[in-house]
Amino acid sequence: MTTLTPILTKNWDLPNSFTLEGYGDYSAAKKALGMDPDTIIQAVKDSGLRGRGGAGFPTGMKWGFIPQNDGKPHYLVVNADESEPGTCKDIPLMMANPHALVEGIIITAYAIRANHAFIYVRGEVLHVIRRLHAAVREAYEKGFLGTGIMGSGFDLELVVHSGAGAYICGEETALLDSLEGFRGQPRLKPPFPAVAGLYAAPTVINNVESIASVPSIIANGADWFAGMGTEKSKGFGIFSLSGHVTRPGQYEAPLGITLRELLDMAGGIREGHRLKFWTPGGSSTPIFTDEHLDVPLDFESVGAKGSMLGTRALQIFDETTCVLRATLRWTEFYAHESCGKCTPCREGTYWLKQVLKRLEAGQGGEEDLATITDIADNILGRSFCALGDGATSPIYSSVKYFRDEYLKHFEIGGCPFDPALSTVWGPK
Amino acid sequence: MTYSPEVRERLETDAKEIIGRYPKARSALLPLLHLVQAEDGYVSDDGHEFCAEMLGLSKAEVVGVSTFYTMYKRKPAGEFHVGVCINTLCAVMGGDQIWSELTEHMGIGADETTADGKVSLERIECNAACDFAPVMMVNWEFFDNQTPASAKQLVDDLRDGKDITPTRGPKKLCSFKDASRILAGIPDGLAGDGPAAAGPSLEGLRIAKANGWEAPK
Repeated sequence: MTTLTPILTKNWDLPNSFTLEGYGDYSAAKKALGMDPDTIIQAVKDSGLRGRGGAGFPTGMKWGFIPQNDGKPHYLVVNADESEPGTCKDIPLMMANPHALVEGIIITAYAIRANHAFIYVRGEVLHVIRRLHAAVREAYEKGFLGTGIMGSGFDLELVVHSGAGAYICGEETALLDSLEGFRGQPRLKPPFPAVAGLYAAPTVINNVESIASVPSIIANGADWFAGMGTEKSKGFGIFSLSGHVTRPGQYEAPLGITLRELLDMAGGIREGHRLKFWTPGGSSTPIFTDEHLDVPLDFESVGAKGSMLGTRALQIFDETTCVLRATLRWTEFYAHESCGKCTPCREGTYWLKQVLKRLEAGQGGEEDLATITDIADNILGRSFCALGDGATSPIYSSVKYFRDEYLKHFEIGGCPFDPALSTVWGPK
Repeated sequence: MTYSPEVRERLETDAKEIIGRYPKARSALLPLLHLVQAEDGYVSDDGHEFCAEMLGLSKAEVVGVSTFYTMYKRKPAGEFHVGVCINTLCAVMGGDQIWSELTEHMGIGADETTADGKVSLERIECNAACDFAPVMMVNWEFFDNQTPASAKQLVDDLRDGKDITPTRGPKKLCSFKDASRILAGIPDGLAGDGPAAAGPSLEGLRIAKANGWEAPK
């Protein structure tokens, strides 16, 4: 049996966990500043840490791509634009434990030789932004940020930058354009940000949880981290359970834990109901069903079953929920958030929305299923960035697992579900 | 309307400090748009012009940016800007019913403001609090685990001028303008208010402790 491993969440029940007093003394950063930067990069490579923002790219390798002795400024940008539907781990992490992030930033910036770092946080989370401002200020006051930090020769400025409402800015190059003061639209890659990122200088962009995990690796060693998780998905991560589950919440566990194990801890599906479908890692990851309860939640196992680990955002829906309604709503989200730069995504999400609205109302036929998967075929792999690809996930996977439910809508000329039954206060 | 000399001087002082944080001035555009929204309750024509002047951009360039982002309002938001999450999970858990009862109760729809200027409404996308569904936000503070009744009570209390405490936030809800100022990067000193974490955020930790589970040493 897999058990929980509170590391980043360990101090969250302290009333002052968000202050230096409730966090600790930045001993990992102190240790790191006495190390050779390349040794730190190697340690993070050896740990096997992979990006926690959804894509799972090896973090140490990303750092290693930054050219050294190139005479250019380097930048570290933390992607704190957590907006993927279902994803709700970075926000409580920054609310309760912002110093883990700030300490991780110091270590990372030192390793990649960056003297300027930014936290790009979504704007819609005011109290989280307050906590980040306060943590950064405390760190400056203690000499953990600024000039010659902790008595070393290393300088680091850290700016908390609030976004302004745009899911697309979670895409790393759109985030950079936004941080430069433009509309947040993705850039063509290559060049990758490691070569030409912020202000066309070498830049590392990492997710909040990735960076916040770094101090524990430096403090306890790469082997300690690699001792958790599975062969290729090492370490721990925060699993976010939401929806029709008895005790939703944040569960920090080694990668490779299963939904069945997590549901056991969370009291199961809400009383009197059963699991119907779920997302392993947010709405951009194809849905799973009750067939997939025992799939190890690591990058490889989830991928082998046709989905993605994503951000471990486990949105759980029981048998009262209409799959078409869920798919339509997610599609409306992608259409709303499409930045408009590329045609497949801008037009494709718009048309998917139109067709799905009709289908959910029961005004369709089996040939419409070919239409929506055909539109999806024209988005997937043809869009400028992953937003468009993500928009196709609910389409393909809902048609794959719940074709009969689509047909049922056409058969009765409407939706067979009562949305009142799905609500928190619905009849038991 | 143009900013009075006093207002302009005050805004310029703030703007210069904000611009100074960035290696390149244009990076300050989003914070500056929050700053002018803090002044006017929306991004006004004057606000656009001010940002353009401070950064040496054309007004068209600034408008091109502000209109891309949903948090910048093109007409005055209410003193309390209320968002109901209607993304899939919150919608299914009851957000759709909250939205429909709330709009009926208030007699206004999406992106509209009550006649007294107190409350504006928005259908918001996922706000990263899914374990607290259904979620509402007021001036971007968390109001967790809402019901149609609690939502209606909340807007009534806001319109009656009562002091409101967000679920995870400061003791007293600030105005939309004050919130925008924080987003511009000017803290209000209230970070210490409210819980470190609450409810579902602590569920895994609670279970781990009850079972004596820890990370490897």
